[in-house]
Amino acid sequence: MSASDIILKLSNIESYYGPIMAIRGISLEVPRGKIVTLLGANGAGKTTVLKTISGILDPKKGTIEFDGKPIQRVEADRIVRLGLSHVPEGREVFPFLTVRENLMMGAYPRKDRDNVPADLERVYDYFPRLRERINQPAGQLSGGEQQMLAIGRALMNRPILLLLDEPSLGLSPILVKEIFGIIRRINQEQGTSILLVEQNAKVALETAHYGYVLEIGRVVMNDSCEKLMQSQDIQEFYLGAVDHGARGERRWKKKKTWR
Amino acid sequence: MLDFVQQLVSGIALGCVYGLIALGFVLIYKATEVVNFAQGDLMMLGGFFAFTFIGILGLNYWIGFLGAVIAMAAFGMLAERLVVRPILGYPQFTIVMATIGLGFFLRSVAGMIWGTDDLKIDTPFSQGVLRLGGLVLAHDKLSVIAATLLLCLLLYLFFNKTTLGTAMRASSENMLAAYYMGIPVKRVVSIVWAISAAVATAAGVLLAPITFIHSNVGLVLGLKAFPAAVLGGFGSIPGALVGGVLIGVIESMAGFYLPQGWKDVAPYIVLLSVLLLKPEGIFGLHVRKKV
Repeated sequence: MSASDIILKLSNIESYYGPIMAIRGISLEVPRGKIVTLLGANGAGKTTVLKTISGILDPKKGTIEFDGKPIQRVEADRIVRLGLSHVPEGREVFPFLTVRENLMMGAYPRKDRDNVPADLERVYDYFPRLRERINQPAGQLSGGEQQMLAIGRALMNRPILLLLDEPSLGLSPILVKEIFGIIRRINQEQGTSILLVEQNAKVALETAHYGYVLEIGRVVMNDSCEKLMQSQDIQEFYLGAVDHGARGERRWKKKKTWR
Repeated sequence: MLDFVQQLVSGIALGCVYGLIALGFVLIYKATEVVNFAQGDLMMLGGFFAFTFIGILGLNYWIGFLGAVIAMAAFGMLAERLVVRPILGYPQFTIVMATIGLGFFLRSVAGMIWGTDDLKIDTPFSQGVLRLGGLVLAHDKLSVIAATLLLCLLLYLFFNKTTLGTAMRASSENMLAAYYMGIPVKRVVSIVWAISAAVATAAGVLLAPITFIHSNVGLVLGLKAFPAAVLGGFGSIPGALVGGVLIGVIESMAGFYLPQGWKDVAPYIVLLSVLLLKPEGIFGLHVRKKV
């Protein structure tokens, strides 16, 4: 793969929360126009990776290249202007602003103000429910609607790379299906590259093209999603498949291949 | 009855000034969760700037007024940059002490530059009165009320109809999310300080014909404006104005109808009773964000 096909490249990134090392040398790549997922248990460092990319946290070591430009230790608001939008975990909408004002805040860094109304329409096409709630304060929306608003708000920046942090958090299975359907559509119709962090490994592996598995701040496995889904470790530890051993019970102490 | 209306109008005029200072408290608090105890002193400094432009340099009243507002907006940004930003993230108490220190500093410096005498600005409103039947209303008081209404309208339009204003509300609701959206939060905070200092200056210049300008005027009024902000529910912009007007009217009525001494105590008695009965203030926000 040539360099221009890689939209985002992390090399040996190390990030700290104070004295605590949260990411221990991670390297990963997001190919242009693809969906890449980061899997891992609580505390594996998935969210920290996203925060480091979008400039909320500065890495101690390593480099991040976005669209060929180094962006480590660049201010967060400048990174957004380069076309990298981050949908944070827990939605983080502006609760007292209306749906429309929330979306307009997503377009804040845009220079081409003339195209904003068309993009607003496009977001309403993806999320028709937001159109119905256009003048309601965002704090009054349901969890699923807030998630839609958070994604729509990020789309208003016309990102070339979208970072999604746990879009399924706290949503019903049917809403999860709906939202991931839209994520796939955004990727196919707009050609937006996506880096997706998920706890729900099944839906993430079905949606993404390529996956990385994180454990305590390290990448322990990476492959195409088809291959990951067939891996026995992934099936057992992330997809919950039950492996019946010789004694007919689940083997709780079984070692993973990478340990 | 005439006395009552007379007192009511002067109470409202005084209350508008409290309200404008309280507005400055609230703007800064909402944007950064910092309580700026130097707010009254920004008003005082604005008054001295206006005095310098109008009384010493002899500029036209309106040009001097505008000049003072612009100069103080720049000063507000500078104060934020030099005093508050370096200690952001430290405990609330540290920042409060720093703003109290800034207040002392400004009072002393103003005393050194402009002396400790009461100064007076000649305004177009200083002399005239409006007669309505038996009612005599001084122009200076009416001008304060009119200017406050105008300022509120401007601020309302700015915060609700412009992108920058909306971005300020967004940053005050969720600073981290504003960062994620690419809103330059630091610049927004500096603009909030500029607006806050500019509003305080407007209050100071409007007040000049009523109370004169001296280096302690900010301390005295700041101490009245702070309960106004609390009364309205700290963090509510309309609340700050209503709280200010309420304190002004109570003070004015108590001064007229009650024995001497009650004038300065009455506002605090009302404040305490409101806080006992409705601790979140009159306009305290009940809406909680959904998690």
